[in-house]
Amino acid sequence: MSAAVKEPLFHVVKRDGTSFGRSLLIRLAAIVLALIVCAVIIVLLTGMNPLSVYAALWNGAVGTSRRMWITFRDAAILLCIGFAVMPAFRMRFWNTGAEGQVLMGAAATAAMMIYGKALPSWLLYALCPLAGIAAGIIWGVIPAFFKAYWNTNETLFTLMLNYIATQLVAFCIIFWENPPGSNSVGLINSKGKIGWLPNLDRYGCVLPILIVLALAVLLYAYMRYTKQGYEVSVVGESENTAHYAGINVKRVIIRTMALCGAVAGIAGYLLASGVSHTISTGLVGGRGFTAIIVAWLGKLNPFSMMIVALGLVFMQKGSVEIAGQFNLNENASEIITGILLFFILGCEFFINYRLEFRKHEKEAVKA
Amino acid sequence: MNVISVFLQKAITQGIPLLFGANGEILTEKSGNLNLGIPGLMYMGGVAGLIGAFLYEANVANPIPFVGMLISVICCLLCSALGALIYSVLTITLRANQNVTGLALTTFGMGFGNFFGGSLSRLAGGVGQLSTATTASAFRAKIPFLTDIPVVGELLFGYGWLTYFCLIITFALSFFLFKTRVGLNLRAVGESAATADAAGINVNRYKYIATIVGGMMAGLGGLYFVMEYTGGTWVNNGFGDRGWLAIALVIFARWRPLNAIWGSFLFGGLYILYLYIPGLTRDMQEIFKSLPYLVTIVVLVITSLRKKREDQPPASLGLPYFRESRG
Repeated sequence: MSAAVKEPLFHVVKRDGTSFGRSLLIRLAAIVLALIVCAVIIVLLTGMNPLSVYAALWNGAVGTSRRMWITFRDAAILLCIGFAVMPAFRMRFWNTGAEGQVLMGAAATAAMMIYGKALPSWLLYALCPLAGIAAGIIWGVIPAFFKAYWNTNETLFTLMLNYIATQLVAFCIIFWENPPGSNSVGLINSKGKIGWLPNLDRYGCVLPILIVLALAVLLYAYMRYTKQGYEVSVVGESENTAHYAGINVKRVIIRTMALCGAVAGIAGYLLASGVSHTISTGLVGGRGFTAIIVAWLGKLNPFSMMIVALGLVFMQKGSVEIAGQFNLNENASEIITGILLFFILGCEFFINYRLEFRKHEKEAVKA
Repeated sequence: MNVISVFLQKAITQGIPLLFGANGEILTEKSGNLNLGIPGLMYMGGVAGLIGAFLYEANVANPIPFVGMLISVICCLLCSALGALIYSVLTITLRANQNVTGLALTTFGMGFGNFFGGSLSRLAGGVGQLSTATTASAFRAKIPFLTDIPVVGELLFGYGWLTYFCLIITFALSFFLFKTRVGLNLRAVGESAATADAAGINVNRYKYIATIVGGMMAGLGGLYFVMEYTGGTWVNNGFGDRGWLAIALVIFARWRPLNAIWGSFLFGGLYILYLYIPGLTRDMQEIFKSLPYLVTIVVLVITSLRKKREDQPPASLGLPYFRESRG
């Protein structure tokens, strides 16, 4: 054996295609492994019984009807932000700017709520989302324009715009602050709830969820059945092919980012008018980045993204609950999320490739 | 004059963590890996150094500053190397998407930092604010007498050793990348991994080592912030968005470490400029705080307009390399 030529123990071969069942099995295995690692860490930190860790996670996320609705609502919002990056990712435009686009949408909505108090309420209900969408579009189209005409790196451009958005909102907050000197805006229109998204249920969760579900269906149809959606996919596959096919690539880039910005604006509107009823620089709280992960792990498919978003929010809510019980800080949820992501990202490899072990080793075993 | 020299000194202090991070990212990107996990690695490095120093000071009756410093540097390097290793395994061996993996690492690293930084004293059974002042004193030690030189004394010598170490690293990195054979090989990997592979360069080994060493450099930036800047305590999210600024600095410096030196001082200055402009109202201060990001965008746009070949990012930045599927 030792005289054999140097051949690596195994080599990697791309799979021609993987059955749905197999890829599902690999993903489930990765999630189970990640959950085990997470539980080990929680047990080491808190000394809890491993089984009660899972019980506490479950209880924290969906233990009461209030918690359950809020988990669903937050998953819907995260999903909505995920929709704001999905079309761009389909055309390989690395939009890392959802954070800023959502924040701008929320700020514009808040501005409408603050300055539009005197308007008739039906008009204000229409103007709030429109303002959010317009702000999101502006913030999304700026980097798309530069990308389309001068090929300016969009990953970094959109990333930088996030912080400019944060500072603009910080400026607005001081401008609008209430009471003066508090450095926060407080609940906007807490008397009369003018411009607030109406509550259909006790916790005000149903309407945002319905809006996001409707968006999911619309986006799925847009990407799959319209000419514009098809153009996005062609540009993503190969810009040269798109040119050759007579697609105006510049227009597709700008149009798709306008769509992304609009969806981000809707998310911002939901956050400002439907969830927090205020505006703060931490309103989006990193969800613009988590949404990128949601979109990617959901394979840019609106319905798979739903499962990912729900899973992530479930784990976050659950681990925040555990951290609270033990007086530890809530950043524990980011560690848990991170570990889950590492495992899921890693498992993709085993879906797309297989390992082929050295042949003669197998023969040696047989003998 | 006095205000200006204080401003310059503060700008340099603010710039050093960015320079550490930018060096790490330049080295990583030259191997073709776009590591958006650098901000997370900086948190991880910083908090690991703090944990090391904290455990040492808590368990020894008379902690010696120098020993504490050594322990915290080692912990910082190990932890940030481990973080970069996770990224490397996922993107190089398992070929996961670099953007997404990097963002996941940043989520993880920032959570890791804030969780352990915020809960450490409770986990160790103590109460109150965590402090490792003894160790921090070793990081903050300055060369005696030199700071007494009028005018330039504080400006040139008023920093702890990590500042000078950072500058040494920057010069060494520049020399390594542009003047050595191994550096040339590394740049070849980043430009075209397939070509480098054909020339007999072990692509994966170069990528692994560059990413991990780059991560360690970034980790030192976090350690600098925790130990020298804040004096050995942890403030949740105290490091803020400086990690992203470090990545912005890489573009600003057009992938050259020597440009990053003055770039980092400029960014550091812009970061605190609002404190030094008289008569700014609170709301205008917030607008001034966006200057470093605006400047980065301007540089980004200008470099894309000029299209100079030597100013462009490494050609295969962000792409995984798989020998069997050359396209």
